[in-house]
Amino acid sequence: MTKLLESRGLTAFYGDFQALFGIDLSVEEGETVAVIGANGAGKSTFLRAVTGLRSAKGQDICFAGTQIAGLPASRIHHLGLAMVPEGRRLFPSLSVEENLLIGGAGKRPGPWSLDEIYSLFPALVSRRHHGGTELSGGQQQMVAIGRALMSNPQLLLCDEISLGLAPKVIREIYEAVPLIRERGTSLVVIEQDIAQALRVADRVYCFQEGRVSLTGRPAEFSRDAIAHAYFGMEDA
Amino acid sequence: MEWLNVIVQGVLLGGLYALFAAGLSLMFGVMRFINIAHGDFIVVAAYLMLVMVLTLGLHPVVGIGMVVILMGIAGYLGQRVLLNRVLDADILPPVLVTFGLSIIIQNSLLETFSADSQRVPSGGFATASLSISQDLAVGVLPLAMFLAAIGVIGVLQYIFFRTPLGRLLRATSDDPDIVPLMGANNGHIFALATALASGVVAVAGTMLAMKTNFDPTIGPSRLLFAFEAVIIGGMGNIWGTLAGGIILGVAQAIGAQIDAGYQILAGHLAFLAVLILRPNGLFAKAKG
Repeated sequence: MTKLLESRGLTAFYGDFQALFGIDLSVEEGETVAVIGANGAGKSTFLRAVTGLRSAKGQDICFAGTQIAGLPASRIHHLGLAMVPEGRRLFPSLSVEENLLIGGAGKRPGPWSLDEIYSLFPALVSRRHHGGTELSGGQQQMVAIGRALMSNPQLLLCDEISLGLAPKVIREIYEAVPLIRERGTSLVVIEQDIAQALRVADRVYCFQEGRVSLTGRPAEFSRDAIAHAYFGMEDA
Repeated sequence: MEWLNVIVQGVLLGGLYALFAAGLSLMFGVMRFINIAHGDFIVVAAYLMLVMVLTLGLHPVVGIGMVVILMGIAGYLGQRVLLNRVLDADILPPVLVTFGLSIIIQNSLLETFSADSQRVPSGGFATASLSISQDLAVGVLPLAMFLAAIGVIGVLQYIFFRTPLGRLLRATSDDPDIVPLMGANNGHIFALATALASGVVAVAGTMLAMKTNFDPTIGPSRLLFAFEAVIIGGMGNIWGTLAGGIILGVAQAIGAQIDAGYQILAGHLAFLAVLILRPNGLFAKAKG
C-alpha cells in the first residue's frame, strides 16, 4: 500500500498556547482511520491544519505525493481532499440539491454524482428541493457528507459526524462508511463516540493533549489501554 | 391626471434609484462590505461615459457597453488588490478605506474635469416622449432607464439563482469560512461579486450621465439614495430593492410637485416612515 496522507511532527499554536505537539499520522490508500480523543485533545486543530483552513506553513504534510502544508484550502481541495466540517455547516440559502452541487463545483472526475449520492442516502431524494437547514439533524449530516463526496475526493475527512445525533441515526450514517470505501475513497473519521469509531476503523489514533497517546489496530487494544490513552488515567 | 403623471414620473425615477441600490446591496449581501465610495463609483462611470461619447465619439449604447466592461475589470482588480485586504469580521476598516477612496475619487475628478457640471448628450433621445393620453406623456429616456433597471435586476436574479456562480455567491454570503472546502477561493469570489456590482454601477452611472447634470461632488447624495432604497426594500431581496427605489422615486416626485424644495425631503421622510414602521424593510427576506 502507498501512503495517501502523512504528517510528520505537526505542531500548532493558538498564540502562546500549543495545541499540537508533533503529530505523526499517516493514512494508507483505501484505509479508514479513526482519530479519537477527548474535547480539546487537538483533533479538530489537526484536521484544520491538514485541510488548509488553518495555515500549517513551514510544516510537513504530504498528500498524494504533494507537500500541502501552507497551501490554501481551495488548492488542497482540488488535490482530492474533502472535509465534512464539524456541525455540518450546510449553506442555509441553498437547497439540498444546491448544497450537493456546490460540493462538486471543482469537477474532479470520479464515481460520485448526484444520482450516486441519492442512492447512498435515499432519504434525501424527496427533500432535494427543500432548504438544506430545514432537514432533521441526521439528514443534514447526510447532505454534508454528500456535499464532500461530490468533489470525488481521494480522502474524506469527517469531523464529529455523530455529534448531537440519536444512536439510531448515527448507525444509519455509519452504514454509509463501507459503501464509501468500496468506491475507493479513504476516510479519516474524527470521533468522540469511541465504540462507533473502533467498529469502522482499520487503524486508530488516540489524541491526548495535543499528542498521539495510542495508535494501532482496534483489535490490539484492551479497554484499559484505550481509557488510559483517552483520559490519561494512570494505573492505580 | 396631474397626480397620475407625477406618480408615473416617480416610478420611472425609481428605476434609476434601484440601479444605484443594486450594486451596494450586492456587495453588502455577499461580503458584508459597506462601500462608502459607491456613489463616487457611480459618478466615475458617468465621467467615463462622458469620455466615451464626447472625447471618443462613440454611440451612447456602445459607450455603455465599454463603461460596463471597464468598471467590471476595475472592480475585480480593486477588490483583489485593495479591498480584500481590509475584509475581516470588523466592518470598520472597509468603511474607512472606502471613505478615503471617496475623497480621492472626488478630488481626482475635480482635477481632471473641473467642478463644472456636465451632461452626456444623447441626441433627441433625452427629450423625446411617448403620449399615452392627452395629459399623460412618458419620456423615452426615463422609460428606457426604467426598463434597463428591470433588465439588470432580472439578470442579477438569474445569475444568483440559476447559475453555479450565483450558488457560490449565495454560499459565500451564508458561510464564507467553509467555501474554501468547496474548492473555491474566497478572494476570487469576492472580486467577482465586486465586478458584478461594478457592472451594475456602470449602467447606473451612464444612465445618470444621460439623464441629468452631474459634477464630481454628487456621489455622496447618490450613496444616500442607494442606502435608502436598499433599506426601504429590505436587505437580501433584489426585487425589494426595485420596489424600494420606486417608493423613494414616487415620494420625491410627490414632494417636488408640492414644492420644488421638498423633493429630497419627501424621499427622506418616506425612508424614515419605513424605518419606524418596518425597520427590516418592506420586503425583507427572513434569513437563518
